[in-house]
Amino acid sequence: MNDQARLLPNGRILRYTFGERLMHWCAGVSYVYLLFTGLAFWSPWLFWMAVALGGGTISRELHPWAGLIFFLSTIWMYRTWASQMHETKVDKEWWHALPHYIMNEDDRVPKIDRFNGGQKSLFWGFFWCGLLLLLSGLVLWFPQEIPWSLRYLRYIAVIVHPVTALLTIALFMIHLYMGLAVEGGALHSMVRGDVSQAWARAFHRLWYERVLSESASKK
Amino acid sequence: MSQVSNEIRRISGHAGSIPGEGFSRDYDVCKLVDTTTCIGCKACEVACLEWNGYSFSETTFDNSYQTMPETQWNYWNLIKFNEHEREDGSMQLLMRKDQCMHCEEPGCLAACPADGAIVQYANGIVDFQQDHCVGCGYCITGCPFNIPKFSPTARKVFKCTLCNDRVTQGLEPACIKSCPTGCLHFGSKADMKDLAETRATQLREHSGFENAGVYDPAGVGGTHVIYVLHDAKNPELYGGLPKNPTIPLAVSLWKTPLKWIGNLAIVGGLMGLAVHYLRFGPKSEESRDSFQQGEKR
Repeated sequence: MNDQARLLPNGRILRYTFGERLMHWCAGVSYVYLLFTGLAFWSPWLFWMAVALGGGTISRELHPWAGLIFFLSTIWMYRTWASQMHETKVDKEWWHALPHYIMNEDDRVPKIDRFNGGQKSLFWGFFWCGLLLLLSGLVLWFPQEIPWSLRYLRYIAVIVHPVTALLTIALFMIHLYMGLAVEGGALHSMVRGDVSQAWARAFHRLWYERVLSESASKK
Repeated sequence: MSQVSNEIRRISGHAGSIPGEGFSRDYDVCKLVDTTTCIGCKACEVACLEWNGYSFSETTFDNSYQTMPETQWNYWNLIKFNEHEREDGSMQLLMRKDQCMHCEEPGCLAACPADGAIVQYANGIVDFQQDHCVGCGYCITGCPFNIPKFSPTARKVFKCTLCNDRVTQGLEPACIKSCPTGCLHFGSKADMKDLAETRATQLREHSGFENAGVYDPAGVGGTHVIYVLHDAKNPELYGGLPKNPTIPLAVSLWKTPLKWIGNLAIVGGLMGLAVHYLRFGPKSEESRDSFQQGEKR
């Protein structure tokens, strides 16, 4: 684990560097735009979202470009985080303790490092869905360029694009709920980068202990 | 292309009731193309361009009479030429005027997400409303006949309107008016079907085309453009006319079951998260240390 976490002079812990925060919000902002414009084309009952964002034509024009930004952000995150996202033995134990985690019985959940099993799955889910969304999205971006003899590519794309988008919506709802409602302090950590020692100790005990010992040994 | 001057049956991508639905006129319209009396003169191609105000497109040469490989956004009517070698070794030149088929169950309309961009009038004409089109091209995927074409300049999709503007004024489509052999007919679907069947019977009984028949594919609910073919058992010979066209399975799955599963999953997920918050609420930083079994709020 080669993250740049460290104890700050004010006693708080740096959890996300500026680069990590920037790439996260590039992905986040582009995803939200993709979500609203995508939902507008998904159902007539949600078409008002495209109207609110400047109309159907503009939404159709910009959705693919936002998709490229999202995909590049995903690649950026892959390069930064992939090495920290491999499933470990602790993650398997974490998954077994998932019901306790859900019911906030956190004393029955194994101690974890910087990311728990759920966060790692979220990362890989967004990465693989992002890749499939890009490939199917390229077909949907230029459907007129697909020759009639290769029309099955369009048929695959109109199934793959919404199915993978729905999977990311499931991931996104959980991610948003955890970050905004369940783990107080998580949003602040992604905006300003730092967490309290109590937060780190409660939710990422192994990471907390590692950061403390590393900071102590540097002094 | 005017919505007010014609009766509406269905419009795409539209939430709620359909404006103008529910009144009727006497008949639905139909174009009959008798491929057995077509001479390939392309008068219909020219008339289509003239009436709709497009200039002649660049032609391509592929060792046949065909003007270009397929219809274009500004070239809605194209005769497909096919040299067919019969079993006895003789050659038969098959010519089929290709254009929008005006399906009773239009795949383009099913696929379209834009409110009111594709309209099916009660007389059977399926028309694109470019002022509502967002240019997504889903109609291109929905069509089993390779008809809707994207305009790179307008960034919208165009196709044959069955001269809706002429039909609403009581005129026949421009292609019909221009045909010198009378292989094109226009009238009610029932009349055209009658005429087509009579011609097919004539071909079978008096001209030796024992497989002659009428092309009015049931897979898309029938079409408002029908063909008389010398060989109705092999429509593919006529420049790729599909034997049993349907709305592509992927489009049907995407637009109906997948939509409902997806919508239910999203709503269910949101409700699940809300219930979780009511029951368990946020995690506290002390929960790992202070939680005791049985101590629930």
